[in-house]
Amino acid sequence: MTALTAPFGRFTHSVVRAIPASFGEGALRTCSAQVDLAAALREHEHYVAVLKHRLGLQVVELPADESLPDCVFVEDAAVVCGDTALVTRPGAPSRRKETEAMKQALQELNLNIVEMDDDSATLDGGDVLFTGREFFVGLSTRTNQRGAEILADAFKDYTVSPVPVLDGLHLKSFCSMAGPDLIAIGSSEPAQKAFKVMQQMSDHRYDKLTVSDDIAANCVYMNLPDKGHVLLYCTSEEYPESAKVFEKLKDYTLIPVSNSEKVKVDGALTCCSVFINKKLEN
Amino acid sequence: MTTEVGSETEVKKEPEKAEEQSPAPEQDAQAPAAEPKAEAELPCGETAPPGGDGDAQPKAASPEKERKQKEPSAGKGISRFLPPWLKRQKSQSQAEPREAEKENQEKVDEQQQPGQESAPKSPVSEAKEAPGEELKSDDKDDKHSIGSADTQPAKEEKGDESLERSADVKEKEESKCEEKKEEGETPKPDSGTEKPLLKAAKKMKTVMCHVTLLDGSQFPCEVEKRAKGHFLFFKVCEHLNLLEKDYFGLSYKDAADQKCWLDPAKEIKRQIRNSPWQFAFNVKFYPPDPSQLTEDITRYLLCLQLRQDIASGRLPCSFVTHSLLGSYTLQAELGDYDPSEHRLEYLSDFQFAPTQTKEMEEKVVELHKNHRGMTPAQADAQFLENAKKLSMYGVDLHHAKDSEGVDIMLGVCANGLLVYKDRLRINRFAWPKILKISYKRSNFYIKIRPGETEQFESSVGFKLPNHRSAKRLWKVCVEHHTFFRLVTPEQPPKARFLTLGSKFRYSGRTQAQTRQASSLIDRPAPYFERTSSKRVSRSLDGAPVVSVSDQALRGDSSVAGDKENGREPALELSSDSKSKLRVQGENIYVRHSNLMLEDLDKTQEDVLKHQASISELKRSFMESTPEPRPDQWDKRLTASPATSLRLQAQGKTPPTTDGPLPDSKDIGKSAEDKQRSGTGEQAEVEIEETVVIKEVKKAPKTKDVAPEVVVGAAVAEEAKKEKEGEAEEKEDKRPGGGEASSSSDSHSESEEEAEYHPQVSSVSVDQIKEEPEEEEPKQEAPPPGADPIASAAPPRAREERGAASEGAADEEAHNGHTETRQGLVSVEEDEEEEEEEEEEEEPRLNGDVSRTETERLPQVICCSEPPVVKTEMVTISDTFAAQKTEISTKEVPIVHTETKTITYEAAQLDGAGDSEPGVLMTAQTITSESLCTTTTTHITKTLKGGLSETRIEKRIVITGDSDIDHDQALAQAIKEAKEQHPDMSVTRVVVHKETELAEEGED
Repeated sequence: MTALTAPFGRFTHSVVRAIPASFGEGALRTCSAQVDLAAALREHEHYVAVLKHRLGLQVVELPADESLPDCVFVEDAAVVCGDTALVTRPGAPSRRKETEAMKQALQELNLNIVEMDDDSATLDGGDVLFTGREFFVGLSTRTNQRGAEILADAFKDYTVSPVPVLDGLHLKSFCSMAGPDLIAIGSSEPAQKAFKVMQQMSDHRYDKLTVSDDIAANCVYMNLPDKGHVLLYCTSEEYPESAKVFEKLKDYTLIPVSNSEKVKVDGALTCCSVFINKKLEN
Repeated sequence: MTTEVGSETEVKKEPEKAEEQSPAPEQDAQAPAAEPKAEAELPCGETAPPGGDGDAQPKAASPEKERKQKEPSAGKGISRFLPPWLKRQKSQSQAEPREAEKENQEKVDEQQQPGQESAPKSPVSEAKEAPGEELKSDDKDDKHSIGSADTQPAKEEKGDESLERSADVKEKEESKCEEKKEEGETPKPDSGTEKPLLKAAKKMKTVMCHVTLLDGSQFPCEVEKRAKGHFLFFKVCEHLNLLEKDYFGLSYKDAADQKCWLDPAKEIKRQIRNSPWQFAFNVKFYPPDPSQLTEDITRYLLCLQLRQDIASGRLPCSFVTHSLLGSYTLQAELGDYDPSEHRLEYLSDFQFAPTQTKEMEEKVVELHKNHRGMTPAQADAQFLENAKKLSMYGVDLHHAKDSEGVDIMLGVCANGLLVYKDRLRINRFAWPKILKISYKRSNFYIKIRPGETEQFESSVGFKLPNHRSAKRLWKVCVEHHTFFRLVTPEQPPKARFLTLGSKFRYSGRTQAQTRQASSLIDRPAPYFERTSSKRVSRSLDGAPVVSVSDQALRGDSSVAGDKENGREPALELSSDSKSKLRVQGENIYVRHSNLMLEDLDKTQEDVLKHQASISELKRSFMESTPEPRPDQWDKRLTASPATSLRLQAQGKTPPTTDGPLPDSKDIGKSAEDKQRSGTGEQAEVEIEETVVIKEVKKAPKTKDVAPEVVVGAAVAEEAKKEKEGEAEEKEDKRPGGGEASSSSDSHSESEEEAEYHPQVSSVSVDQIKEEPEEEEPKQEAPPPGADPIASAAPPRAREERGAASEGAADEEAHNGHTETRQGLVSVEEDEEEEEEEEEEEEPRLNGDVSRTETERLPQVICCSEPPVVKTEMVTISDTFAAQKTEISTKEVPIVHTETKTITYEAAQLDGAGDSEPGVLMTAQTITSESLCTTTTTHITKTLKGGLSETRIEKRIVITGDSDIDHDQALAQAIKEAKEQHPDMSVTRVVVHKETELAEEGED
């Protein structure tokens, strides 16, 4: 019901997870980079603080698990839409256990939990883009067709269209929702191709917000009761050109959030939280 | 009754088909007209026939025609004798088990027979009978609904009727006698038995239809055996008190248990074949925004459909949505939640989901509590607001396979065609992207408009389980496209869509039209009862039951049309479009073949010369074919996500295809080349040619449009003849037509392919004619005898012909003279007169052609076919297809399609013409078919600035193998067109040639 009636981006809760000490060394990455763990911790702290204090969300903070270096990237562990939560089966075997804590947290939030029982299916939440009207699911190194099908089964109300991820880790490594019907998209060719695919698949015309840096296209959009459009986006220090684009958005509460360390292990802004809209009366 | 009649009797009745067809529409039409008389003569007292038969028509004008038409059918003999025999048997063996069945048949036979027999009689007698039929069927309906609505109502009824109605026998007898006189063959002994029966049956063969309504109830309805789909449909709508009926339709299960839509324009019997007369009333076009429906009752019915869809799993929903929708259902049906009486058990009557859990029921109840105070209508509206957002809302799924034999689903919806693999949407083709929809055998193809960065159109093919399913999908696409996309508010009258290669077309109103019509609905909200709960939606007592306005509309229009030309109603009734069209087709075809003979008389030299020029043109087409551009190829691949393989035939063999691609070598070759080289591997060469011929006649009159032209006949010439009193001639052909129509059934069955060009470009839109129903009332129609013909067509108009052929097209400069911007087109290839001019014109022609190729002239675009396009391909698969490097084509044949389009347009003196549509007065579309040609003729009359203008557009599709001389056929067609309309000028010629090479045997 919520999903069908609430405005897109309306959230009340967020699930986040702390960064384990193993993060710096153990977190998976597509390119070798040295992570400054302390800096990463500071970043994450700030990120959580924004959600909690600046935006007033109920933040559920899961404890870190040293055996799961990537556990801070909770987005991959679950896809929540409306009252339904799909607990995923992450593509990286080392991350499969991340879902346990997530599942428990979501259960405590009284969501309808759907699990991926199929051992052949993999799905990372980072490959799932929910536009408010439909899902796009990136078929990537982490997400396969079967995973996409299970996503479709879990959210039957919505169209689920697969999008090949030709480059980058996840679909949301180069795009995200920046507003209702507004897709932020990187300017790289693979990103633009993916956008074309999405447009072709959709009955709806999405607006496109192209930013020069792919990873900067990953931002966090919310529509909060007392704040209206809220956007967490990259800082101008990290991605000056892209930041400029976001800063042109009108009527937005724009909150630049630094992400320089997590990005080294392919972590983007959306990766660090799972957003939930719980109706108060429920 | 239904079942038995359907199957058992079918065999026997087969021979009668032909007879039944032609008369059927007449009777419908006549009934109302004759009504007054009938009332007087038939004390039966039953009320007037339903509005649906409002196609009254002046009988007097056409008695002779009718006789002609009917005689042959009467001559068929066997069928005539059947009924009496059956009757006798029946009376003897009342108790026999088969009896009911036989009686049914008998009844039917009787009913029909009288009608037929009486046909030759004076108009009066005919009129007399027609109403009788109507009355009778009404009676039956009543009876059924009251009492024995079930399986074997026939028997009971029969008894009742014969008793009850014996009083009415006299009239029947009279007519009977007359009939006998006429026929002389009717065995006398039968008459005794027949009387009561007759009376009961009132001379029409009827069949009991059972329609399952959306609330699950059965609606028995007796219809004439030859009734068209819309008759039954209107009956049902009337029963439901539904005005916004265009979103709905009747479906039936075919022999393969596939759900098929009953075509309103065609006879029920021929559609269902041997299936039982069992139908379901369903939503056919799901309104994307139900809130725009005018009436609550319409929304209610839509809700019922959706509840069904949801419960059956056809419309998948999440748990939450199931619960939410269920809660609205409860609110609508039960009203506010009442803790005292509403416990969980009260949910047992409802099915909210395919699998309903306790948990869900609890959720439903919980949500139900929130809806307190909502009226049923509000709850329905909320239900729909939520249901319409579901991804599969209004998506009609069809099983298919992609090129690799992978199972996919094709979903037809308001926006276009969707492709699903498992639960994922892997591609989508919006209507605006689709240039052409076609099917060939069990393959279904869509031709895609090139994107901005793409130069060539491409085709995507899918394999359907069988030919019938391919055709069914094609039809659904044509209908959805027409309904949802075709009519823009600016051109409401141009709703009609034409189909090439098949007679099928969507005969209803489009969404735009129905919305417009709905906005005029002015009646108190009708009372209706929610059957599951008996909850009343509105209780406005005395809300008049508004008769179905549409029917009236239809009636009017046909009346107008009929009166104008005094033609056989059958001609005008859209209901029997098939046989009608068939008739026309026969005529035309006959003429064509004559022409062909004539043409053969031409000097061989001329022919050769012409052929040569064609060849030359073809070559130039080939040569000027743009170089393959890898970049674009790549773009295309990536641009369309899921579509897998798009091979462009631009002389480039895609590296991706290394599979069985015997055809690939042909890429880049012209059809001609292919034929010549006799590519051994090609199992089959198919060539389709489409010729669009448009003629415009402008009469300097103000309001008058020659009615003859309007009505009909596909050809102005015919109208003229009629004027001259030669109408008979035309009519003479009708009997044959009747037969033809019966055979046409099988023909249509064998019809292996059809295509549809959804993209109606501006020009073609203009060319598209209105459906007859949309014709304006007669007042507006021009006085008969108007001589658009005479006045039009200055002699010079004749000279003006743009001629085009695939290769050789010539345009005559004089086109400019016509005061009209007459877009006429004629296509000609080897007319002698043209030959002379050809030389002068050729340069220009070539110029045009090349322009076409390079710049894509608007005209060309109008044709909806880009200049020279050779496309090849087939396949669609999943999203990764674009990335795949290997594509196997074993399942679906690779089809090489070569398409050429040449457009020729006469200079237009009044440039404003085309942009200013004027007032459409009448429009009509006629399709005819012969073995290898399909001619679609559109006649529109418009009133522009005080001038009435008649445009005739012909589309001739020549289909066939390489053995057919297409050039020759084309030439004939052109010549024919010119001859048929000597006084019109040709302003536009479009030749579209498409050659396909397909591998055989995949079927």
